[in-house]
Amino acid sequence: MMHIENALLFLVLAPVIGGLVAGIDRKITARMQGRVGPPLLQPFYDVGKLFQKEQILVAPSQNFYITAYLVFIVVSGALFFAGGDLLLVIFAFTLAHIFLVLGAYSSYSPYSFIGAERELIQIIAYEPMIILSAVGMHLVTRSFYVADIMAAKVPLISYLPGVFIGFLMVLTIKLRKSPFDLSTSHHAHQEIVKGVTTEFSGPMLGRVEIAHWYENVFLLGFIYLFFAWNPLVAILVLAIVYFIEIVIDNTFSRVTWQLTLKSAWIIAGLMGLANLGILYYLSGVVPV
Amino acid sequence: MITLPFLVVFPALAAALLLLISRDSWRRLVVWAGAAVTGIASLSLLFITPESGPLFYPVGYEVLSEGMFVAELAIAVFLIYLGIKYRKYLAIFLILFQAALLVFFETGRGSVLHHITPNLFIDQFSLIMALIIGIIGSLICVYSLGYMATYHERHPNVPDRRRSFFFLVFIFLSAMFGLVFSDYLPWIFFFWEITTLCSFLLIGYSKTDESIKNAFLALNMNILGGIAFAGALLYIIAVNPGGELLHLHSLIQSSHAIALVPAVLIGFAGITKSALMPFSGWLVGAMVAPTPVSALLHSSTMVKAGVYIIVRFAPVLTGTMEGLIIGLVGGVTFLLASAIAISQSNAKKVLAYSTIANLGLIVACAGVGTYKLIWAAILLIIFHAIAKSLLFLCVGTVEHRIGSRDIEDMTGLIVRMPRISVMMFIGIAGMFLAPFGMLISKWAAIEAFSDAQFGLAFIAILAFGGSLTVLFWSKWMGKIISMCPVAERVENNISTEKWMVLSILTALTVLVCLIFPIISAHLIEPFVLAVYGQTTRLSQDNITIMAMMLFLLMIMPFSLLLYRNDKRIVPAYMGGRPTTADLTFQGSMGIQQHVGLCNYYFEEVFGEQKLFMAGSALCFGLILLVGTLTAGVAL
Repeated sequence: MMHIENALLFLVLAPVIGGLVAGIDRKITARMQGRVGPPLLQPFYDVGKLFQKEQILVAPSQNFYITAYLVFIVVSGALFFAGGDLLLVIFAFTLAHIFLVLGAYSSYSPYSFIGAERELIQIIAYEPMIILSAVGMHLVTRSFYVADIMAAKVPLISYLPGVFIGFLMVLTIKLRKSPFDLSTSHHAHQEIVKGVTTEFSGPMLGRVEIAHWYENVFLLGFIYLFFAWNPLVAILVLAIVYFIEIVIDNTFSRVTWQLTLKSAWIIAGLMGLANLGILYYLSGVVPV
Repeated sequence: MITLPFLVVFPALAAALLLLISRDSWRRLVVWAGAAVTGIASLSLLFITPESGPLFYPVGYEVLSEGMFVAELAIAVFLIYLGIKYRKYLAIFLILFQAALLVFFETGRGSVLHHITPNLFIDQFSLIMALIIGIIGSLICVYSLGYMATYHERHPNVPDRRRSFFFLVFIFLSAMFGLVFSDYLPWIFFFWEITTLCSFLLIGYSKTDESIKNAFLALNMNILGGIAFAGALLYIIAVNPGGELLHLHSLIQSSHAIALVPAVLIGFAGITKSALMPFSGWLVGAMVAPTPVSALLHSSTMVKAGVYIIVRFAPVLTGTMEGLIIGLVGGVTFLLASAIAISQSNAKKVLAYSTIANLGLIVACAGVGTYKLIWAAILLIIFHAIAKSLLFLCVGTVEHRIGSRDIEDMTGLIVRMPRISVMMFIGIAGMFLAPFGMLISKWAAIEAFSDAQFGLAFIAILAFGGSLTVLFWSKWMGKIISMCPVAERVENNISTEKWMVLSILTALTVLVCLIFPIISAHLIEPFVLAVYGQTTRLSQDNITIMAMMLFLLMIMPFSLLLYRNDKRIVPAYMGGRPTTADLTFQGSMGIQQHVGLCNYYFEEVFGEQKLFMAGSALCFGLILLVGTLTAGVAL
């Protein structure tokens, strides 16, 4: 059932792909803003530089939480690409983020404290939709295993269009894109300094960055599942989706947490649940 | 097989002894011995429980049933006396009504029933409950020794009634054993009433106005459940004058048409006892009692009696409209109680709402009642009992040291009370994080609901409610682990007794996550198989991965050793202002400003009053609906 080799590939390739995606992201963003933008490999230079810096800490336990954050992001991604149980992947993913939040809490700093609270709000905003997506895939393929969902002969997207839209909504939160970059942002305009990452610096911040790359590759993999029946279409959709995310990032201003939570839940409720409800109703029609 | 009656009688004897002795050292001895014997005896049940199906143990003393009836009337008289004393007329009315039903039942059954032999029985589910009661309950008793001593030092105006306190606690255990071992419904009812009485007296322990008010609230709600239970008994002898169906197992195995009405009535009694909405008020109010009482009510006794009986009747409820609605009451309770917990800063209240939420989830599983869901429900009962008792006892210990049970006052607890904080941390992790217990159950429930009829509604409830639990637990965790640099260490003077109990519970929280596949294979699966003819489990792959995750989590703290050389500690970023270690800085007008960090509570979104009203109304409506449906069946 498990494909260990895929997990190993993920371990090695995901940071490369994630870093490249981040580089492309910065380039396109810069062009949208009328700038030239940094070189494609700039994210790698940045992280390399972070690792050369001296490690300063606010609380020694930060190190533990951030290492755990990186480890469990990698675990959840590896489990996903190995074809494991999607629900377990999601729970490991949540666990990883709780560690990030705890790292921010542990420093007892006002900015990272608010960042941590906002990160928690983001977690509860996106988690229901991700679980509903997994359940939707289960409804169509009768399995929670990523390997089985990958092997599905039918295009999942044609059964789960609403779930897909809901997932795109929470993807914006997960990629830390405006308008939902509440807890920390890739942009300089941030009212709570760097939010959840304020008190992480040097190699520790480098680990947070790498974890973010892993995470992004995992999320792209999740979108891939909707189109897994045709790899070409899937990759094309991934490119389009990511481009749309960049456009959204550059056209919207940040919203409040209330609006984030409300909109994420309403979309999850309307799109996700309605979609699943119809599937349930028609479940006789769905191939098993 | 003598162990079964022994477990019912022995705690009662210990209780009687405790009522007589007033010297502290003697009391200590009896409590220790009582707890040890109860714990060992319940462990020894592991060896006598059959591999499959229940094992019956006939108790051929008809006089016992008569005695119980007399005792129930005596309790009614005692409660009426208290009701008159404190002028709680609603309580008196309810008690009289219940007593009338009982007398009616007793005269109605008359001599016809004399040939029936009441049974005690044990099967895997009873065994699990007995282990929870015997181990966790006994640990809480031992913990209470130290706690109550400190409690009376701190509350000099509360009269020292420790004799009756320990009496009640042990009677409580005895009644719980009786409840899970009885097969004869009138006996179950008797023990049911004893738990109601004990919780009523324990909640009112301090005899302040508030505690008396809350005690009567608990009494009223639970007697309401008792009335429904008595109604079920009357219904059974009305349709089955021979009385064979008064046996739990015969009733469950009888036809749907007969068993459904008593199942719903007893299910309603279970809802009141396990404090689902709209009856959650009593459990929240119960936190006025000393903390070990809360730990006892929330983890191993009382509320677990409610879910126990509902899980027992799950085979009758499954696939029926009534079962589905009872499940929905649980689901709505889970969702709204989780939301309310976000808005609470009182640690005991957060724990109370989280208990209510988890009981709701268990009832949701049991109401829908497919075999997979029953598996998940029993797992939930186990994990919840351990983690919740640990958390209550931690909060109790912290409260005595820092003088507050407010989560906001627990800032930097990791610096002030490192060991307790780690235990609390593990307890909280056990409540919501992978790969710990409660999450395994939540996961199993999602999987099971996705195959069940009308499962989508419950999946939605779980998806949203589950993420709400993440929020309130993690912000509490965050408060504890904040490295507040100037806090003083106050962890001394905690007795060895308390440390021992807390350590065992912490170890158990981790241990059951490690060995839950064994618990599942030897205890839960045989039970589910015996009842439903099929069973379920987590796949081997997933168990391996969970074990690896747990292992990873356990070795991760050692990574701190790797960073031992990172010595450069700097103060937190404060916008470039010079700041002292306790976050005091010079404001722009030259005034010293102090920074305080406080969690979000989202009162306007997750306010207690609003959500409680909504939940109560909704659940009340659902219960009315199920009542109407059942009345239709009954008539």
